[in-house]
Amino acid sequence: MKTRVYVTLKNGVLDPQGKAIHHALEGLGFSGVNDVRAGKLIELDLDPQVGEAEVEEMCRKLLANTVIENFRIERAESAGSPGA
Amino acid sequence: MNSAVIVFPGSNCDRDMAEALKLVSGRAPAMVWHRESELPDGLDLIAIPGGFSYGDYLRAGAMAAQAPVMRAVREAAERGVFVLGVCNGFQVLTESHLLPGALMRNAGISFVCRDVPLIVENSQSAFTGGYEAGERIALPVAHHDGNYQADAETLDRLEGEGRVALRYADAVNGSARDIAGIINDAGNVMGLMPHPERAVEPAHGNSDGRRLFEGLLEAVGQPA
Repeated sequence: MKTRVYVTLKNGVLDPQGKAIHHALEGLGFSGVNDVRAGKLIELDLDPQVGEAEVEEMCRKLLANTVIENFRIERAESAGSPGA
Repeated sequence: MNSAVIVFPGSNCDRDMAEALKLVSGRAPAMVWHRESELPDGLDLIAIPGGFSYGDYLRAGAMAAQAPVMRAVREAAERGVFVLGVCNGFQVLTESHLLPGALMRNAGISFVCRDVPLIVENSQSAFTGGYEAGERIALPVAHHDGNYQADAETLDRLEGEGRVALRYADAVNGSARDIAGIINDAGNVMGLMPHPERAVEPAHGNSDGRRLFEGLLEAVGQPA
C-alpha cells in the first residue's frame, strides 16, 4: 500500500531553502509570491498490515526530526491517484 | 587517555581527529567502524568526527544516529565516558538525542569554510578547561548545516546552566544566539561545529584547538 509522508518545517522555523527559492522566483519576475516553504515527500510502499500508528512511529524515529519538523501521513485511499 | 574515533561511511575528518588525539595524548585512538556493536574496554573519550556520514541522506547525521555503533556510544555516554562530536559528529549527537536541538541548513544557504572567532562561554567543563572564560579564540569551520536551533525554553536552559560552551563572535550560519558548541546536562557530551582537530599544531597556522584536547586529558587525570 502506498503511503506518503510529507515532512515540513514547523511554523516559526526559518527555512533558508524556501527563502532562496522565493528570491529566485522573484528574480524570474514572478511577483505575488508571499512566502515559500520547502519540505520533503517520502513515499512508502507498505504491507497492508502496517497500521497508521507504526507509520507515525517511523516518522518520529527517523523520517522527521520533530525538534524542527512536522509530518503528515497520507494513505493511498485518500491520496487521490497514487499511481501504480 | 584511551580514546576511540567512530568511522561512518562518508566520515572525512576521522584521520585528522586520530592525529590530533595521538599528538596530544601520546596514544593513537581505536578506529571503530559504524557496524561494530561494541566499543573497546576502558575508553575515556569517544570522538565522532566530521564529514558527510551516509551522504547526509534524509538529514545530516540522521542515518548515522541509527548505526549499530551508536547504541554502544549511547550506553558509554550514560556511564559517563566523554563524547565529543565535531561538525557532522555534532549533527549525529543531536539526531541521537544525546544533545538537544537540531542543526539546520546555514541561514545564508552557502557552505561556510573559514576560520571564525569564537568566545569561550564556559571554561569549567571537561572540554573547555584549557581555556579562560570569555576568552576569544579562532577555529576553522567547514559546514553547510551548522545552523543550531532549539525552542526558546531549551535555549534558556542551556544558557542558564552554562551549557553553551562556545559562541560565534560574529554571526556565521544563523545559529540561535550564535551558539557554536553545547554540552549535555551531565557534562560529559559536547557537540561543536568548529573543528578543534584542524588547529592543533603550528603547521595548521593555528593551535587554539589543542587546548580542548589538553583540557580533556586533564579531566581524565592525565595532564599533557
